[in-house]
Amino acid sequence: MQWNNWNEFLAMGGYAQYVWPAFGLTALAVVIEVIQVRAKRREVLRSLHAQFESEKGDSQ
Amino acid sequence: MNTQKIHWFKFSSPQNFYFLAGRMWPWFAVLATVLAAVALWIGLVMAPVDAQQGQGYRIIFVHVPAASLSMFVYLVMAGWAGFGLAFNTRLSGMMASALAPTGAILAFLSLATGSLWGKPMWGTWWVWDARLTSSLILLFLYLGFIALQSSIDDPRRADKASAVLALVGAVNIPIIYGSVYWWNTLHQGASVTVKGASIAPAMLWGMGLMTAAFWMYAITMTLVRVRAIILDRERHAEWVKHAVE
Repeated sequence: MQWNNWNEFLAMGGYAQYVWPAFGLTALAVVIEVIQVRAKRREVLRSLHAQFESEKGDSQ
Repeated sequence: MNTQKIHWFKFSSPQNFYFLAGRMWPWFAVLATVLAAVALWIGLVMAPVDAQQGQGYRIIFVHVPAASLSMFVYLVMAGWAGFGLAFNTRLSGMMASALAPTGAILAFLSLATGSLWGKPMWGTWWVWDARLTSSLILLFLYLGFIALQSSIDDPRRADKASAVLALVGAVNIPIIYGSVYWWNTLHQGASVTVKGASIAPAMLWGMGLMTAAFWMYAITMTLVRVRAIILDRERHAEWVKHAVE
């Protein structure tokens, strides 16, 4: 353990303004990408169901 | 010796790979989460302060994994693209398309975290040295690959055109890797080489585990994305109908 208390940890030895944005950006990128892949799957499923519906209509 | 034959080609059909990927990605997601949690603990809490860079060096725990994976993912993407070009396999192009967005995000993170590290240590956010410039080109190659694919309507033709771009762009990877040795760059050389590491064991563990976490993460994202791409491109196949209903 390198830290004596929370404030010391958050201050990062004076580099807080560089260290935390680096980790924060990485976390943000992960969140955005997870949302993006889930949205892509939903979008594909929606267009597939629309396609199947119209095919059903054609065959009747 | 185990001589039992594994039918690898069975998985090279989009249909089989769709179901295989569906069973695999949750495991990679769990591994990524666990590895990242342990790596964060080691990197931010356990690893000692750096003698020269103080606590500011801790950016290394996201910068090095992002930068190394951004290069490796490109090689895998170019490999799939080239394989598809040579053997005309359907899944190859889908894999290359699934890898590109993750690679682009990693390349962006490599530049952004590097910039945040450069400011306090070098006194500047950006410098046009060989390492940084070739890393910026890597981001542009990913974006160019994605743009080229989406600009061509026929997916098979899009695969072929973007495969050529990916293969030509692969020459940039050894340039990024070698840049810190071939040219006089502001960017430091590698802290870890095959001959050994020039850093403390806890730093090495933090970096290694975070790199492993990024690997698992990239695999998870690629598998989930390729499943959506497979459904989209195989939309007229009978199995797709059964799979989504």
